[in-house]
Amino acid sequence: MTKIVVAVKYVPDATADRTFTSDNTVDREGVDGLLSELDEYAVEQALQVVEAGEGEVTVVTVGPDDAADAVRKALQMGADAGVHVVDDSIAGSDAFATSLVLAKAIEKLEYDLVFFGMASTDAGMGVVPTLVAARLGLPAVTFASEVTVDGDTVKIRRDGDAATQEIEATGKIVVSVTDQTGEARYPSFKGIMAAKKKPIDEWSLADLGVEASEVGQDNAWTAVESYEPRPPRTAGEIVTDEGDGGTKLVEFLASKKFV
Amino acid sequence: MSEVLVLIDAPEGKVTKPSLELLTLARRIGEPSAVVFGSEVPSQLAEYGAEKVYQLDDAVYGEYLVAPKAEALTQLVADKSPAALLVPATTEGKEIGARVALATESGLITDAVDVTVAGDTVTTTQSVFAGNFTVDAKVTQGAPVIAVKPNSTSPEAASAAGTVEAVSFDVTDAGKGAKITSSKPKEASGRPELTEAAIVVSGGRGTGGDFSEVEALADSLGAAVGASRAAVDSGWYPHSFQVGQTGKVVSPQLYVANGISGAIQHRAGMQTSKTIVAVNKDEEAPIFELVDFGVVGDLKTVLPQATEAIVARKG
Ligand SMILES: Cc1cc2nc3c(=O)[nH]c(=O)nc-3n(C[C@H](O)[C@H](O)[C@H](O)COP(=O)(O)OP(=O)(O)OC[C@H]3O[C@@H](n4cnc5c(N)ncnc54)[C@H](O)[C@@H]3O)c2cc1C
Ligand SMILES: Cc1cc2nc3c(=O)[nH]c(=O)nc-3n(C[C@H](O)[C@H](O)[C@H](O)COP(=O)(O)OP(=O)(O)OC[C@H]3O[C@@H](n4cnc5c(N)ncnc54)[C@H](O)[C@@H]3O)c2cc1C
Repeated sequence: MTKIVVAVKYVPDATADRTFTSDNTVDREGVDGLLSELDEYAVEQALQVVEAGEGEVTVVTVGPDDAADAVRKALQMGADAGVHVVDDSIAGSDAFATSLVLAKAIEKLEYDLVFFGMASTDAGMGVVPTLVAARLGLPAVTFASEVTVDGDTVKIRRDGDAATQEIEATGKIVVSVTDQTGEARYPSFKGIMAAKKKPIDEWSLADLGVEASEVGQDNAWTAVESYEPRPPRTAGEIVTDEGDGGTKLVEFLASKKFV
Repeated sequence: MSEVLVLIDAPEGKVTKPSLELLTLARRIGEPSAVVFGSEVPSQLAEYGAEKVYQLDDAVYGEYLVAPKAEALTQLVADKSPAALLVPATTEGKEIGARVALATESGLITDAVDVTVAGDTVTTTQSVFAGNFTVDAKVTQGAPVIAVKPNSTSPEAASAAGTVEAVSFDVTDAGKGAKITSSKPKEASGRPELTEAAIVVSGGRGTGGDFSEVEALADSLGAAVGASRAAVDSGWYPHSFQVGQTGKVVSPQLYVANGISGAIQHRAGMQTSKTIVAVNKDEEAPIFELVDFGVVGDLKTVLPQATEAIVARKG
């Protein structure tokens, strides 16, 4: 019986016009949100582990009211239960506060393994998994492009820039997976119907024993000073190849001193 | 002047260009002290401004993932109270930086593309939301831990003492949880490193699986080769060359996209390039919204003609 907790983030849709609000935080209301696509890979891997043996997958998210949608999507994919940590004081948290809340929530659950996506699709720092592991005092095997669970041992392959590594850990372990682990499934009709009956627990900071003074924008260890849209690119010159496209391309490169 | 710790990447004893950039940026804040894990102390460290070099030479750092280096660096930060810690914005650099920041209760900025200093205040610039916004931020607690992206500045030589100090540290058992059981170095392509290259020439689904025209153009320009996810997922090019949200983010002087439509996730990896050129047979392809110069045409004929013209010009 393997109990896996998967941390999933609710993010603004990357194909919409993402922007900021007046307090320099991400606009999470004016833009449609969804389950971060990269976290679908973590849900998929967790489901595969459980399906190969016996077990249970619980998804947990920290986010505003609408973040329950991310949990629901994971339940539709096949996860068994969900936890939504929601509290007004969490808004604007930095990576440290987010990792604190997640670690406390995970501690409250029964688990053998904790799965994460490699990075969120909004801020994309890619550090929350390692921070949660540090807080829980667990080994972290991160950026896995392949995951094998064998009893209480997890083996991963990590395709780094300089080398491909095989990494192994035993016991309770934090794992983060990349999009190289394999396509995530779409929710089936049956899955969508079944998800309606699955529980989503709502927890507040008080339920986790976290103080409001430990989280939120005012207690972050970093502050955004200002943001600016990137100046639009000025329209370029487009030519249609009439047998001289390559030559024209090189003329352009030469005019910019690249050749 | 206060000390600034700089985590150095030096595979096989050769300091990477991004690490030289870190040493250069560190001089804006204070006096750089390089931190190297391994048996070699490259001479470039002193040549690029490192007054001190803290050397941590112990096999344990190569035997386990991230945690041992983070523990040792945490100890060093506690001992030296530096003005800041700069780390490379690689997956490992960011994980180490995050753990050190947590342990020392200092704020962390990831993926900075610039670092400026006014008085005692260090301000970072990040490029966010697929490069659609630039954000200025600062650390408000502790000594800033900043993970800096490649190409954030040009490395500038500045000779310094480079006094080597060996540092030993006992890694805890908790730090030995994730054991590296094998490590196979990637084969070198002979081309510039993708994230460091001044020119990147990329291919997508439009190559139909044959990257030879893309590679030939890249070689004529001394460029790195990149690929879209569609090309990588089809098995045409290794994942380590993928440009985009889930691959490498590049910001070269020149980016040439061939047979790539320009999906948002691809743009996220190349949109901040200085000059953008595209070759695509569909004049409606969204990539053309970004370009400084575009050719509507078949890459199979346009690229060889361009390569030939470049080779001819170079004589
Ligand atoms: C543009 C931008 C830049 C930022 N820069 C910084 C910065 O430099 N320093 C800083 O301290 N903070 C920064 N933040 C705030 C930071 O992003 C948030 O605190 C965030 O909660 C954690 O970082 P992430 O989304 O990058 O997570 P990542 O580390 O990229 O996420 C990795 C994985 O952790 C899990 N996860 C992450 N967040 C949640 C969640 N809320 N609920 C459940 N699971 C989750 C998911 O599995 C995810 O795939 C920034 C935010 C934005 C929008
Ligand atoms: C979570 C997530 C993460 C992602 N991360 C990335 C990422 O990191 N990087 C990335 O690239 N994508 C990423 N994607 C995928 C992205 O959405 C696109 O599917 C992908 O970029 C498309 O690749 P492409 O442009 O090569 O292919 P297509 O979109 O199929 O475009 C091929 C183009 O080639 C042109 N063409 C065809 N034949 C020729 C010819 N002979 N000569 C000239 N032009 C020709 C066509 O007109 C077309 O415009 C991600 C997607 C998701 C959901």
